[in-house]
Amino acid sequence: MTDVIRTTVRITVNGREIDVTPGELLIEAAEQAGEYIPRFCYHPRMDPVGMCRMCLVEIDGPRGATLQPACYIHVNDGMSVVTNSEKVKKAQDGVLEFLLANHPLDCPVCDKGGECPLQDQTLAHGSGETRFIEEKRHFVKPIEIGELVLLDRERCIQCARCTRFSDEIAGDTEIAFSGRGDAIEVAPSPDRPFNSVFSGNTVQICPVGALTAKPYRFSARPWDLEQVESTCTTCAVGCRIAVQSSGNRLTRVLGVDSDPVNQGWLCDKGRFTLDSIDQNPTSSNVLDESTRIDSPMIRINGVLEPVSWGEALEAAATLLRHATGHSVGAIGGASLTNEGAFAWERFVRGVLISENLDAQFDDGLDPILLQGLAKATINDAVNAKTVVTLSGDLREELPILFLRLRQSIVRNGHALVEFAFGPSALRPVARVSLAVRPGEMHLAARAIADGSDAPTGVAFRNEQLDEVRQLIGDTGDGVVFVVGRANLAEDPRVLENAIRRLAARYSDATFLVALRRSNVVGALDMGLSPGLRPGRGFDPRAKGRSTREQLAALRSGEQKVLLVLGGNVLGNVLDTNGARQALEVADVIAVTGHGGPTLAYANVVLPVAVTHERTGTVTNIEGRVTAVTPKIVAPGSAWPDVAIAAELAALLGENLGLESVEHTAHAIEATTGYPALSVMNDEVFDGTVVGAKGAPSLRHALDPMAVPGIRSTESVGIASYVGATMVADSPRGALVASATLADLANDDVLDVPPADAYALRLVVSRRLYDHGVAMQGSPALANLVDPPSLSLHRVDLDRLGVPSGTVVDVTGAHGTLPLPVVLDDGVCVGTGVIAFGSLTLAGDDVVATLVDFDSVFSQVRLETR
Amino acid sequence: MAVLDAPRIVSSRAQFADSYTLSRYLATGGYVALRKALTMFPEQVAAEVDKASLLGRGGAGFPAGRKWSMLRKSPISYLVVNGDESEPATFKDHFLVESDPHQLVEGVIIAAYSLQVSQAFIYIRGEFALGLERVQQAVNDAYAQGALGSKIFGSDFSLDIVVHPGAGAYICGEETALIEGLEGKRGFPRIKPPFFPAVTGLYGEPTVVNNVETMSNLPWIVNNGGEAFAALGAGRSTGTRLFALAGRVVNPGVYEIEMVKNTFRDLIYDPKLGGGITGDHKLKAIIPGGVSAPWFGPEMLDLPLGQDEVGEKGSMLGSGSVVVMDETSCVVRVAWRITKFFARESCGQCTPCREGSGWIERAMYRLEHGGGRMEDMDLLLDLCDNIAPGLSWPPQQTTICVLGSSIPSSVHSAIAMFPDDFREHVLHGGCPHD
Repeated sequence: MTDVIRTTVRITVNGREIDVTPGELLIEAAEQAGEYIPRFCYHPRMDPVGMCRMCLVEIDGPRGATLQPACYIHVNDGMSVVTNSEKVKKAQDGVLEFLLANHPLDCPVCDKGGECPLQDQTLAHGSGETRFIEEKRHFVKPIEIGELVLLDRERCIQCARCTRFSDEIAGDTEIAFSGRGDAIEVAPSPDRPFNSVFSGNTVQICPVGALTAKPYRFSARPWDLEQVESTCTTCAVGCRIAVQSSGNRLTRVLGVDSDPVNQGWLCDKGRFTLDSIDQNPTSSNVLDESTRIDSPMIRINGVLEPVSWGEALEAAATLLRHATGHSVGAIGGASLTNEGAFAWERFVRGVLISENLDAQFDDGLDPILLQGLAKATINDAVNAKTVVTLSGDLREELPILFLRLRQSIVRNGHALVEFAFGPSALRPVARVSLAVRPGEMHLAARAIADGSDAPTGVAFRNEQLDEVRQLIGDTGDGVVFVVGRANLAEDPRVLENAIRRLAARYSDATFLVALRRSNVVGALDMGLSPGLRPGRGFDPRAKGRSTREQLAALRSGEQKVLLVLGGNVLGNVLDTNGARQALEVADVIAVTGHGGPTLAYANVVLPVAVTHERTGTVTNIEGRVTAVTPKIVAPGSAWPDVAIAAELAALLGENLGLESVEHTAHAIEATTGYPALSVMNDEVFDGTVVGAKGAPSLRHALDPMAVPGIRSTESVGIASYVGATMVADSPRGALVASATLADLANDDVLDVPPADAYALRLVVSRRLYDHGVAMQGSPALANLVDPPSLSLHRVDLDRLGVPSGTVVDVTGAHGTLPLPVVLDDGVCVGTGVIAFGSLTLAGDDVVATLVDFDSVFSQVRLETR
Repeated sequence: MAVLDAPRIVSSRAQFADSYTLSRYLATGGYVALRKALTMFPEQVAAEVDKASLLGRGGAGFPAGRKWSMLRKSPISYLVVNGDESEPATFKDHFLVESDPHQLVEGVIIAAYSLQVSQAFIYIRGEFALGLERVQQAVNDAYAQGALGSKIFGSDFSLDIVVHPGAGAYICGEETALIEGLEGKRGFPRIKPPFFPAVTGLYGEPTVVNNVETMSNLPWIVNNGGEAFAALGAGRSTGTRLFALAGRVVNPGVYEIEMVKNTFRDLIYDPKLGGGITGDHKLKAIIPGGVSAPWFGPEMLDLPLGQDEVGEKGSMLGSGSVVVMDETSCVVRVAWRITKFFARESCGQCTPCREGSGWIERAMYRLEHGGGRMEDMDLLLDLCDNIAPGLSWPPQQTTICVLGSSIPSSVHSAIAMFPDDFREHVLHGGCPHD
């Protein structure tokens, strides 16, 4: 006989009996029953601390009714609670009065004014006059505690939201309390400024104006802002955001609490790079990445000149009319919406009759392999008892995925196994870190999968392999592998081989694809890669050129015309010198919203609307399709991608049949079953995961005080989801067939050359603060980009015999560069790590100079000067 | 007349100049109790402590035996000794760690044996430099003679003791803040539930936290039996207790006297104890159990010094500190100084304590130094009420720990007992005693 497990307990709130979930916090249970208990320090995504004491309510106990904080008392059966008695009111009013005693009340000059929980509570419940006649506490105000965040300690109410976030969620220790009594203050670390890549979250959750963000400070008043809910496309996690503008000027991005994705958090790159979209009206140099392209252009006498859409489209059509399927191709597309990607896919395959298209820049993974893997969601990874990463440093590549995984490890004690090719922010919480040098990833995977010993010469150890096998179990049940491109200087087949091994061996394991570039998953799902088809489909007979192969074909003259989707080829490929040679001889049509060095080679430039200016859907790393919503109007005469593709097709005598973004979304869903229009029309769910079997996750009704800044006691903007129903479910076709692992060519035997014992194997990794368009166009973040360096392990630095920071000559495949060597014990012995996109002071591209693009891995030699 | 025929249980050696040395300790019956305890079952030792009905000597007076019995069964558990005595006018643990550190260490080993824990910590207020030195020496001596370390005195029981200095925060005397401090964190008291460290304590493991004086009683209890201890005192208050007598008395100091058998009058006036008020002045008020306790007037002089006896009259025996004020004492100044202490020592977590203590301190400062207003008395009482609603005893709490509800005691007592003194301060524009 099985016991009946009770799923609810009954409590009494203000005389009314309600059924609640056992163990739930009283503050949550009461709120669901319609009794809002005021609070400042409580935040649903962090452990309660009971510091502000605003949520005191009367709870019946053995000693009669006593005042207890609702934020950390768990409900139990029969609990009787009063939230509205005179005693409760006096206690809460008392707390409010105490909070205001030392508060400067400088609301007229405070950024938080108008959306401040303290201000709202005071207006709603506070006394009109103060009884506090003493001198208030004084601090220097405000102080800069990091590049992006300022702290006004006079306004602080010591709720510990910021310090808890840093410690508990982000794992940073850069801010903490110091002092005591009413002289207690949040203080930055004496050693390190508050430059956490998550620093902006502390500003968003600050319930007063104590923490302010430099990019937003004094730029707007909350009541002047309008907002829409959208999805961040800075990386591929797909964080839900509220995008705010004042008129047609973007002012602020706030994290929205999407339970399966970002849970309210954002990284600073996603939050603070709005300037790259709308703050550079004065810049007119089209080679500058911060410049917005606001007019079509064609090259006349060697110079790009603004022209009308008609002239530009005709010029593009002319180039394309002379091309055949083999002599034309498209590169890019990860920055597009799914609808934009679908339109261009129709254009390239249907109008140009070409299979040469690739949304990746030879910096990702084989999309056919990725299609064949059993997919995991972010929640699957967070809930997995063991997570295995074969990816870059997730904090640098997919910051919010890092946050979610870190919490599952720290809070729930889940195990993390790292294939550790270089520094990783998750290293301190990893159960096992297998040191894998370039050319060894597949060896580690093979040893684990086959139960064999570590081959000689590798850096990982047998006892580590044993532990990993134990953590993965026999079939990989409950295990999630996080797979992304770890080392850009290594032939991706090494990593792909490792993934295939593991997928074949552990049939119950699932895979979370950790590709990082904005909507790259959506672009691939829309077919922007040779062999792929829209709707995550696959055609094994189709053969086309990848990005790298197209650039080679352009150099050899086999391909003549290149359509660049999203503009920035030179900022994204590894072999910039090879790409330059290709662009030099090609006819280039660039469809882009931003300038950049690629435009030096463009014959025709077609301006598009970029993020926050366009509507549509995007797909994140887990295959979750969500809507993006325009907040401002694109500058000048920029068009949506769908319109450009359709007009260009019309000039070439074809009808794409796509009249609008909505129409395109309808076409995607109707022809492939891939969620698109249904997502755009949906106000109930947190997006739709492609092919997911479980019930979709409901959107959160935003807690007014949990996410201060979005709503305070009054709602602004974002519609209430309660009671909303799904609108106009579009006809959805059956999902098309995807690739399986059996579709892969059998190249299991990988020929890895021996390493040179006197050289270092090179690792090229991604950094969050890079040289991309978003960072380049955002002056506030400019100082956060690290100068180029080569990171070494202590052993190798000692062998070199120079202190950290010394400039040495680094010789790679294509030349020698001066680079400072920097100590980093996260680096494997015998390897050196450089960041992608680094340029030396002399302007040399570090990756292009050092990496051997034809080898399985690259090596460098160091020489002291 | 004072009843002074009870044995000195914890202060017997203090009469010797070398009371803190191992040789004196061994010469006066030291480590006999531990050897005896090791021949008993751990449960038998606990049973003796239960029989003794030893109430915790840290302030709350929770029965030590019951606290031990609440220790959650777990492969790892800890014993932590609280020697962070930091309250103004409380100095009995200070006396013990300096005068008889071996007795403390032996008590800790006995307790650890009874609880079957293998790691104990003695947390001593950082400012007790001499006490820290002597307790550390006592621990070293214990290791050297086989009373600590593995297989103590040849038994199967092993124990390590770490002596840990506090870093200057009164709040770390609160047991959960002390535990946080031991863990290397900021000394913030933990939220309750979990209500007892015996369930979730140091490093999340079950932990017994006992006071220095409580531990120091154990060798005597093991030697003489719990019943002999319980035969002293009366009611729930058994044994003897150290009282730290301070203020306007002829002989301030630490006195060990039998519980309940003596009254405040005995303690203050007996020639062998306090010796009366200085300068033949008249008693004005008593703080009966440390500065957290509500005050008594002269009418309570004949109240017996027992936990429940004092509790029933609306105050507490608390930390064993008794402060005497006469008519030359300024009660406004005393209340202000006490509030200033709490305002400085509030950890800063809970709003009512953090902001309330500072506000009350500043208002009290005005009253004492000029700038007081008649309406300040009502304001102060209302602020006190917002920290400890109802101003009843035992106090209701709005804060995580009892530091918050300790703040109102002195201010409330001073205003309630001596409103004229406050009015005088307001009319005089400052302290009339200056």
